[in-house]
Amino acid sequence: MDILKRSEKQDEHSLLSDLSQQELSRRKFLRFSGLVGASAVVVGGAGLTGCKKDDDSSSNGTNLGSGDVGILNYAYALEQLEAAFYTQVVANGSFTTNFSALEQEYIKDVRDHEIAHREFFKAALGSNAIQALEVDFSSIDFSNRSSVLTTAKTFEDLGVAAYNGAGKLLVSTDYLTIAGKIVSVEARHAALFRDLLSNGSFADLTSLQPLGADNAKGLDAALNPPDVLAAASSYIKTKINASNLPTS
Amino acid sequence: MNIQNIISEIENVDPEVYERLDSRRHIMKRFSFIGKTLALAAVPTALGSMLNKAYGQTTDDVKDVLLFAYLLENLEAEFYKRVVSTFATNGVPAGAAQGAMTTIRDHEVAHVNFLKSVLTSLGVTPPTYTAASFDFSGGKGSGTGPFATAFTNNYAVLLAVAQTFEDTGVRAYKGQAPRLINNNDVLQAALQIHSVEARHASHIRQMRRNLGQLIPAGVLLQPWITQAQSGIDAGNSSVNAAIQLSYNGENATTQASVPITNIGGQMIAANEASEAFDEPLTKAEITAIVNPFLVG
Repeated sequence: MDILKRSEKQDEHSLLSDLSQQELSRRKFLRFSGLVGASAVVVGGAGLTGCKKDDDSSSNGTNLGSGDVGILNYAYALEQLEAAFYTQVVANGSFTTNFSALEQEYIKDVRDHEIAHREFFKAALGSNAIQALEVDFSSIDFSNRSSVLTTAKTFEDLGVAAYNGAGKLLVSTDYLTIAGKIVSVEARHAALFRDLLSNGSFADLTSLQPLGADNAKGLDAALNPPDVLAAASSYIKTKINASNLPTS
Repeated sequence: MNIQNIISEIENVDPEVYERLDSRRHIMKRFSFIGKTLALAAVPTALGSMLNKAYGQTTDDVKDVLLFAYLLENLEAEFYKRVVSTFATNGVPAGAAQGAMTTIRDHEVAHVNFLKSVLTSLGVTPPTYTAASFDFSGGKGSGTGPFATAFTNNYAVLLAVAQTFEDTGVRAYKGQAPRLINNNDVLQAALQIHSVEARHASHIRQMRRNLGQLIPAGVLLQPWITQAQSGIDAGNSSVNAAIQLSYNGENATTQASVPITNIGGQMIAANEASEAFDEPLTKAEITAIVNPFLVG
């Protein structure tokens, strides 16, 4: 009964917010509200079933899940990758010699931002969160300034492309706003690492064309999840199954 | 049960429901996750948010957002056009600094042209803006507003205005994105412009950090926004107050009810917690910031 009560209350709330904006006629609205009110009862007694998103991790990989949860897990996976990378960058013995004091200040902040993003998604997803991913950084030379900066640029540009391409796949405007809050910070990072590699390349949209940017229109990168995961796959040991993610 | 029955019932009320959504198959796909991943109690909320996607935002929202963005992009484009055309006298150093201003001008002009083409495709003829439409002194056309020195060989003030415009632009797009959730193409394009503005902001902030002028004592100006700090001290309290409008609320350290400081047992200080998430502003808040720069 508790579930039913909660459902009806949430119903009321979401309906009110829907109706304040929607265009349906009053007549349609009245029928509609009666309908949704009834649905809560049906839902309460329903036997919806489905396997948990990571039940089949052994065969098809870690399943991100579907709907908005799938997109949040997708973001969680990318943030895990970034956070692990910067943690290793800062921990490396060459960090303090390869980078100036100002650069060290910047990079440690970036590390903290990515850890904050990772932990945010983990907390927001709760029991729906995928497992901790195993990364593969064997191609990165953490004692080499250029290798570190180039990888950082790659990850940040890819992160921007990922969030820009995922916004349209979300249903919840609340999650869309969260994604927006994060993507601009990733873009600030991306611009920084581009400038550290080549000052003035902070928004070189022509070079970002392979990631979906369009310089003539002034548009940044944007990629769909399969393309992002393919680009990130060489850095992630854990097999990721994105087959249930929304596609539009 | 049956979500399908609900959708069928909605179809009786609104035969166009499938056009408002993407397709019948797609709706089922959207709902297929409920049993797997959400508590049953969340179903009505999920249903509500999906119907919100179908009915909540209208074509009018999309047009309104595009017209608003068109105004802001014209403001920025005309600003940087003036910067580039006055290099001889405005104090922007030759080389990297002038190069960056030129790059940013090109992007803002591209945004103007792109938004105009989108509006035209939607049957909307946007207003005509020219250099005369804007007063970059922030004086509503008087030319004697608080930022009047930006173009008088005062590079530090010019950069401070540029930073404020870029950070404000980021917050404007972020605030309007939810109104575009029903139009995938326009939403994605808006996000793609949004992150370009963030790249600009990052670069200008680096330029100001390296220049080391008009930065308040004790503030480390970084490519990202710390707390609600503008990182600008114009030496005049009313000017600082005008700039501060673009930074109010950036000090959030709780996101979707999740406290970010020291989250998950990690050592994340409040400064970095606030930096990790940029915050939106409403259309009304952006309008209040921008109005002093509009003539008439």
